[in-house]
Amino acid sequence: MSKLGNLGARLHRGEISYDFVGKRKIWYGISILITITAIVGLAVRGLNMGIEFQGGAVFTTPTKMSTSVAQAEEYANTASGHQAVVQKLGNGSLRIQIAGIDTGQSDKIKQELAKDLNLDPEKLAADLVGPSWGEQIANKAWEGLGIFMVLVVIYLAIAFEWRMAVAALVALIHDITITTGIYALVGFEVTPGTVIGLLTILGYSLYDTVVVFDSLKEQTKDITKQTRFTYGEIANRSINGTLVRSINTTVVALLPVAGLLFIGGGFLGAGTLNDISLSLFVGLAAGAYSSIFIATPLVADLKEREPAMKALTKRVLAKRAQAGAEGDLAAETGADAGDDADDADDAAPAVVGPRNQPASRGRGRGRTSGKRR
Amino acid sequence: MAAPKRGRSASAQSKPGRSLALILIAIVALTGGMFLSGHTTPRLGIDLAGGTSITLKAKADQGSAINKANMDTAVDIMNRRVNGLGVSEAEVQTQGTDNIIVNIPKGTNSKEAQEQVGTTAKLYFRPVLASEPSGGAAQSPSPSASPSGGSSSKPSTSPSSSASSPQKASSSGSSSGSASPSATATSQGRAVTDALKADSTPSPSASSSGSGKPSATPSATPSGGTNADSKLQAQYAALDCSKATDRANAGKNAKPGETTVACGEIDKVWYKYLLGPAAVDGTEVKKAQAVFDTQGASGWQVQMTFTGSGSKKFADITGELAKNQPPQNEFGIVLDGEVISSPYVSSAITGGQAEISGSFKQEEAQSLANVLSYGALPLSFQEQSVTTVTAALGGEQLHAGLLAGAIGLALVVIYLVVYYRGLSVVAMASLVVSAILTYVIMSLLGPAIGFALNLPAVCGAIVAIGITADSFIVYFERIRDEIREGRTLRPAVERAWPRARRTILVSDFVSFLAAAVLFIVTVGKVQGFAFTLGLTTLLDVVVVFLFTKPLMTLLARRKFFANGHKWSGLDPKGLGAKPPLRRTRRPAGPAAGPVDPKEA
Repeated sequence: MSKLGNLGARLHRGEISYDFVGKRKIWYGISILITITAIVGLAVRGLNMGIEFQGGAVFTTPTKMSTSVAQAEEYANTASGHQAVVQKLGNGSLRIQIAGIDTGQSDKIKQELAKDLNLDPEKLAADLVGPSWGEQIANKAWEGLGIFMVLVVIYLAIAFEWRMAVAALVALIHDITITTGIYALVGFEVTPGTVIGLLTILGYSLYDTVVVFDSLKEQTKDITKQTRFTYGEIANRSINGTLVRSINTTVVALLPVAGLLFIGGGFLGAGTLNDISLSLFVGLAAGAYSSIFIATPLVADLKEREPAMKALTKRVLAKRAQAGAEGDLAAETGADAGDDADDADDAAPAVVGPRNQPASRGRGRGRTSGKRR
Repeated sequence: MAAPKRGRSASAQSKPGRSLALILIAIVALTGGMFLSGHTTPRLGIDLAGGTSITLKAKADQGSAINKANMDTAVDIMNRRVNGLGVSEAEVQTQGTDNIIVNIPKGTNSKEAQEQVGTTAKLYFRPVLASEPSGGAAQSPSPSASPSGGSSSKPSTSPSSSASSPQKASSSGSSSGSASPSATATSQGRAVTDALKADSTPSPSASSSGSGKPSATPSATPSGGTNADSKLQAQYAALDCSKATDRANAGKNAKPGETTVACGEIDKVWYKYLLGPAAVDGTEVKKAQAVFDTQGASGWQVQMTFTGSGSKKFADITGELAKNQPPQNEFGIVLDGEVISSPYVSSAITGGQAEISGSFKQEEAQSLANVLSYGALPLSFQEQSVTTVTAALGGEQLHAGLLAGAIGLALVVIYLVVYYRGLSVVAMASLVVSAILTYVIMSLLGPAIGFALNLPAVCGAIVAIGITADSFIVYFERIRDEIREGRTLRPAVERAWPRARRTILVSDFVSFLAAAVLFIVTVGKVQGFAFTLGLTTLLDVVVVFLFTKPLMTLLARRKFFANGHKWSGLDPKGLGAKPPLRRTRRPAGPAAGPVDPKEA
């Protein structure tokens, strides 16, 4: 089996695990830092809106142009410094649209463009165009988003519980903020494609979070009936258990987008796809990250404030203190107790001591199918 | 969340072949349908394939100025008209100060779209002061009569015209049926709802209604007016609606608050009208829809629902008109200066609903309903040019992008093979089935509802690869966990399914919710995206339930997989499964449930 398969087996048995919940403060910190950077980027640099949103200038050439569309696009890009949209009309003339320029700039670009295209500037008709993505589309989209957010919170609160709904929402906002922030920082033009990309992220981020929560819910179903683990510890196991799935899904989702962004945009020069693939790439990565590092620890945080969970934590700690007092006895009471120590250890690896001890047993003595529900 | 587990998994287990056959039949049928219909590729959006570009120039002849606010409103309304279903990906934008460009993807009925965007759709309900057949209508018994003769001459026309398809307006409550019998007896083929006659509520404002003009006796009308009226009377007298030029000028520049003349064609006979000030206008129509009248046999009609103030005004005007003599108990429904229907009223119509009926064809009725729903343009427009445009995205760049995407997909395949080995066959087969279904359905939706695939939709589909793949990754990991528990493959496949299924349903529901809400609420490109998302999510569920799971069940019976061949991806040793003999050693503790670490 591949190494990752092995990793899956070891994660499954709890031989190795990463303490996502225990180290949540670090990850919260990192996320807050990235989010602040994104917000600062948004505030300082702002978003570079495309012609579809803010309108711009349109230049129409005379008919029977010999210049190709791609060539004209290159000229227009260099003349204006913006991503131009070039279309060939039925009568053979070219329609060149450039975002975000006013009348003054338009004249300058017109001169330059005419020179590049070997035209008399008089023959190059210039005009201003309005946005095709009007305010109404934008307003409706916001309205739709608002309604969706409310519905999804209600749904998650019913299907899971309100804490998970809150955590999923926080993760979602986190992902969207980071994605838009990176847009501001990179300076790519925002097109309808970008917005669609953002909406896709919105769907994916929630989807991914829900998959992780589903396993969390399953694992914590009868949590109050046991005294071995606190909610946080079980949440951590749950993340580790789904880790292989999360990695696989993220890789499968990211590879095609990465292909578009890095190979397409980087080597093949397909700049037009950059806007969408960047928002998808950043968003998908952020979505996968936030489900594991933000959403689930946040649920654990909220949950452990609940009285029932507080009581559970107390009982678990009391039991552990007792087990600690009994000392080495525990190590010898057979697989069951040893397993306990191991599990506790996984959840809180800060206790280094007994970790190496049951290595021989780890290959699968303790856990049996009897544990299955 | 999940459906009852036992029953479904049991049936899936026992008859995996049936599900597979079902989905294969679906694929074959859909693909066959695609080839039969001749639409073997999805209709591409304007950014990918280009299309038609229509330039419209605003005319400042309707009393409203050409300014930014009006132009923006016009763009919004046109946008909604051409994107009625939200998936056709047309673009509308202003150019300069008084032009609007409408870009329509290739393969759309551009003529229909032209008509839809160009129609101003100013709708008024005006009381009829006088009307008569006009001009060369051969069967009209009264020659283009004198002004005073207008109303009195009409009854004689009725037999011929009313025989065929009467036009009427009615409150929808009383709808249609009762109308036709009385129609023949009255004037000009216009019928009315008699149902309301019984409970007619006489309006308190007795005889003198509005400006007083409508209440004048028929013979008095011509001479009774002011100077302006007499000028109009002259216009009315001179009007010959059988002439196209006269028709074009008739209702032009009519201010809603003034009396006007207009033409209207009813049963192939042109009538001319003298109409009072508008009582209700199109902005007070909340919603309009085309319905087929099954009872009254009047064919396709347009049903309108008024807003609150609109229904009150409508009730008032109908109440007043009902007291008048023909033809002054009629009101004209005037669309862009032409009378499209002039029903008479016998009682006040309350309830805020009205119908326009006539000899509409289905498309006409739907187009009119569409136009009325989205409101009138604040300006009228003239078509300046219609030309084709090429794709907004350069072809070479697009190819480079697709190539890059293909490389990315190849990497996915390599990853799946390396990680899942034999199982990757199931994964890839599922992806292929899902891809075929998506492609075929998108191709079929092009002609069906005008669905056009644009670049964002393509990217959405790429992300859908991730979501679809996730469904079986969830399932595979569950199966592997079961094997790690020491189970053999067949029970593992069945035990893993209910839990994987729940995860898949819960998470896909979120995606579908997003798609549904966005589709209902939003307009334009966002709506197109929501459609793609909803479609791929549904297909994901279909493929996992009807293909991936049954295929796994069947493969679990194969030696290659069941014995855990090294390359099957299910090798118990490779997965680190416990030797089965230890299975019963440890009893289940009370803690077993919650700490169960098996999930994927």
